[in-house]
Amino acid sequence: MLAIEINGLTKVYRVGFWNTRIKRALDSLNLQVESGEVFGLLGPNGAGKTTTLKILFRLVFPTSGTARILGKELNDTSMHQRVGYLPEHPYFYDHLTPEELLHYAGRLFGVGQRSLRPRVTQLLERVGLTEVRNVPLRRFSKGMLQRAGIAQALINDPDIVFLDEPMTGLDPIGRREVRDLVLQLREEKKTVFFSTHILSDAETLCDRVAILNRGQLQGCGELRQILSLGASTTEVILEIPPEGILEELRPLVASMVRTGERVRLEIRDEANTEKVLAISLRGKAKVVSVNPVKMSLEDYFMAKVSSAKMEPTAPTGTYDG
Amino acid sequence: MTGKWGFMGRIVTIALGAFKESVRERVLYNLIVFAFLMIGAAILLGSISLGVEQLILVNLGLGAISVFGLLIAIFIGIGLVSKEIDRRTIYNILSKPVTRAEFILGKYAGLLLTLLVNTAIMTAGFYVALAIEKKGLALHDFSLLIAVYFILLQLAIVVGIAIFFSCISTSILSAVFTFCLFVIGNFSSDIRWFGQESGSPLLEKMTAVLYYLLPNFGDFNVIDQVAHGVRIPGQFIMANTCYALLYIAVLLSGAVLIFEEREF
Repeated sequence: MLAIEINGLTKVYRVGFWNTRIKRALDSLNLQVESGEVFGLLGPNGAGKTTTLKILFRLVFPTSGTARILGKELNDTSMHQRVGYLPEHPYFYDHLTPEELLHYAGRLFGVGQRSLRPRVTQLLERVGLTEVRNVPLRRFSKGMLQRAGIAQALINDPDIVFLDEPMTGLDPIGRREVRDLVLQLREEKKTVFFSTHILSDAETLCDRVAILNRGQLQGCGELRQILSLGASTTEVILEIPPEGILEELRPLVASMVRTGERVRLEIRDEANTEKVLAISLRGKAKVVSVNPVKMSLEDYFMAKVSSAKMEPTAPTGTYDG
Repeated sequence: MTGKWGFMGRIVTIALGAFKESVRERVLYNLIVFAFLMIGAAILLGSISLGVEQLILVNLGLGAISVFGLLIAIFIGIGLVSKEIDRRTIYNILSKPVTRAEFILGKYAGLLLTLLVNTAIMTAGFYVALAIEKKGLALHDFSLLIAVYFILLQLAIVVGIAIFFSCISTSILSAVFTFCLFVIGNFSSDIRWFGQESGSPLLEKMTAVLYYLLPNFGDFNVIDQVAHGVRIPGQFIMANTCYALLYIAVLLSGAVLIFEEREF
């Protein structure tokens, strides 16, 4: 069974004093997320990521299209019993302590007091808030709030965890901890659906990603596939090459950068790599390294986003998130 | 926890959460002001003896219970829903297996619990002051509790109005609307009388509709009667109770219907 199924989800906002202007926050989004995979929804600010998550939790309603979570319609709130959600910039009752917040969340899920107590202790330990379990949330930093948010999203031991920008506002240690936590969830065979605009996080964590820009899906697939899609380049580094060779090499390479005694050559055409190496060796240049450079998710993302910008039929505008 | 208990369990959890928030937000501090008012009144009345001390104390005490309750009902009531939306804490609640109706009912019950505790403490304080003033309490003094019960019914309606408006408007406008409706509701019988006296059939019909539509708070104010020892008939108590329950049911149903359609 699919964990999440989104079919033609569209959200149009009417704005302006007379509600005459149309803002298309999401445009016919189709997505399928398998059980047990870590799925990343990527996109710049205003791409429609938060809108997608808000629709899935019925915080806003779609203009058209349907979606199912764990095979159930979105208006079936009993499905939330098996789902955890960390909203973007989580806001909680700040008069509560993390321990009270987790008890409150647990009771809303109907978790009995007997099993709730050890679960709360375990989760506080897991997100590193045991020491401050009795400190009101209003005294928490953003990073600590994020940890409390993650803990409450896991209180019901969910099958699917939705994390909206979980790394935002965290310091490098905090980000590392969240990354480890997502990896743990993957090991526990949970489905993780998270939105982010931090590509390195997606690159390390996701089995599959979808790229969203201006409410439109730009691409979706397995990370390995996406990353091998683009033309790969080869990087050759030479040490102390004679000037004559460099002139000979220039037409064969895409770029040539000199730093001190080394020259970095970027070769786009694979057939040219052998020629470059032959010329270099003939000219007695020292070849330091030859490395294939794969397209990074960042390159892919930039290419997709910039091609969408050039599209003349781009939607009229977007809402934040 | 599933089925019916799940529904009740979630409402109780949200209600207790709202109650805890009121306590932590120091809402019950108004009790200190009330205590000073009662002590001050008892001392002051002790120094004058015109034979009306008890009457003044009853009027002052019950009046204060009503006013303090009303202020809490309006100012906390209007924030019950809008504050959750403004602070986005609602995302965290509605993403749990909580329906929007459960959220509204839980919030309503939470504020009602706050008002109940607040009123109970004030009433106890009032009786202490009365006992000091009268140097003891008689059984008939407890008939004053009917006025307190009516105040509670009135507050329950006001919270319903506040929560209804806070589902459709901003906090400030909700406060204005609720307060206006409370004031008008105190004069709804007069509005009907005005229509009957006007001689215009159209005006009479219009004021009659308004009379049935607006909350009739005038009937809940029996402070003067109980202060003067007038007996309140059981039938009147029953009628007021049914009226309040019906009015609250309509208000909460309206609030839930509107809230179901709201986007955040």
